Amino acid sequence: MSEQRLSLNRREFFGWLSTGWIMFAAASTGMASLIFRFLYPNVVFEPPMDFVAGFPSDYEEGVDERWKNGFGVWIYKNEGKLVAMSNICTHLGCVPTWLPAERKFKCPCHGSGYYPNGVNFEGPAPRPLERYRVFTNADGKIVIDKSKVFRAEKGEWGYPGAYINV
Amino acid sequence: MKELINFLSIPQYAFTSLLILFFIGIKKIDFVGSKKFGKILFWGTIIFFLWAMTDSVFFATISWPDNIPIGILIAIVLWSTWFSIHKAVENDARIAKGEPPIEGTPENREKVWTWPNLVYTELFAIIACTIFLVVWAILFKAPLEEPANPTWAPNPAKAPWYFLGLQEMLVYFDPWLAGVVLPGMIIVGLCAIPYIDINPLGNGYYTFKQRKFAITTFLFGWLVLWIFLIIVGTFLRGPNWTFYGPFEFWDHHKVVAENNINLSEIFWIKLLNVGLPQNIFLREILGILGTIGYFASVPLITKYWGKNYLKRMGNIRYYLMIGLMLVMMSLPIKMYLRWLINLKYIVFMPEFEFNI
Repeated sequence: MSEQRLSLNRREFFGWLSTGWIMFAAASTGMASLIFRFLYPNVVFEPPMDFVAGFPSDYEEGVDERWKNGFGVWIYKNEGKLVAMSNICTHLGCVPTWLPAERKFKCPCHGSGYYPNGVNFEGPAPRPLERYRVFTNADGKIVIDKSKVFRAEKGEWGYPGAYINV
Repeated sequence: MKELINFLSIPQYAFTSLLILFFIGIKKIDFVGSKKFGKILFWGTIIFFLWAMTDSVFFATISWPDNIPIGILIAIVLWSTWFSIHKAVENDARIAKGEPPIEGTPENREKVWTWPNLVYTELFAIIACTIFLVVWAILFKAPLEEPANPTWAPNPAKAPWYFLGLQEMLVYFDPWLAGVVLPGMIIVGLCAIPYIDINPLGNGYYTFKQRKFAITTFLFGWLVLWIFLIIVGTFLRGPNWTFYGPFEFWDHHKVVAENNINLSEIFWIKLLNVGLPQNIFLREILGILGTIGYFASVPLITKYWGKNYLKRMGNIRYYLMIGLMLVMMSLPIKMYLRWLINLKYIVFMPEFEFNI
């Protein structure tokens, strides 16, 4: 009873070893799951992907900026067609500025320029601004659906839904 | 005078003059490393800045809180580059006379203890640095802006200063290249330097003559490409990422014609006067062949220039170095193509998000 043992026997050693590993694994799993949980926020402030944008007659010819700040969409009406353009530069995803005097979109990050119809002509932008799906609902109002994208270089601008006739 | 400086600082002229000055400097390295040149550089820069500060536009750019540290850093880069070249030139002169380099003289080879010599120096450096940062934080408020808004961007939208070289590179390249491949190659290439450069000379002392190629290449990539692009991106880019000279007012409506076209359009439409072919590989054939040809020129380079390096370095090191060199040179080549013929992309395949 008096002599204190300094070493563990094989069974005790494996007992401690297993305990240690199990606790380590549990702690790691807990930490990993916490991190995983952290990647998915409780509340996401995202504007809805589709919205009603009033009647086609509300828009003048040319570029309209009224939905740019809320939804990131430019409305462009020209020669009886109305399209909804994304306001994300196709070069690196900055937000171009509409310059009414120069009649072009110009990106503040690397100087890409676009014509009012969204076709790129200046700077490094490789392709035109993307267009969103537009259609008119039962009331005759425009609905813009940002979940569907039409890209010019794939020849999608002529597809039904890429524009509405007004 | 101010007009002339504005004109000369337009990127294509500024880059070309810097390129010429750089290689003259490398040729006349003994003069660049002399005390006389150091004095000219020092007083010249100070006088230029004092004179330029009287201009309200220049003063506004230079004294903007974001830009002050960048200005200081550029001064430090100039000074330390000159100082190391000065040391190297001194040593080269000694070596030419058959003397050991200054670092190799008996009194300089004497060794001292890390503690206290080094640790004390480090401690004081830490304290000085902390004091400097605290004073800085009190004097200059952090230039914070309004909360981020995904549908609005400040104009111009500038990256932190250390990324402005990259941002300037992105003007000439597809983001995939200038944002991912080239920065990756820069980091990998810098990591690879000690493995590629096995020249034992210059170990522990400053020298230029014994490491001419290595130092020239490094200074070219560092000063002419990287620092130059940071300076342009920081001080000379205004609203809409338009170029503005150092004395030029940031007029938001400055019109710059920069209609850029792709190589395929130049080739098929302008030269051959036929439409673009439907097949995208046929359409881009010239650019694809050009790019392949550029990297396939390695045997030619070896034949006319690199034979001795190949012998000295061995196959793997040599071809790694040539590959990295070609990637580095692609930046000025693309910049010149943009300036000379308004070229946008050499290979243009937005269908695959692949543009060179």
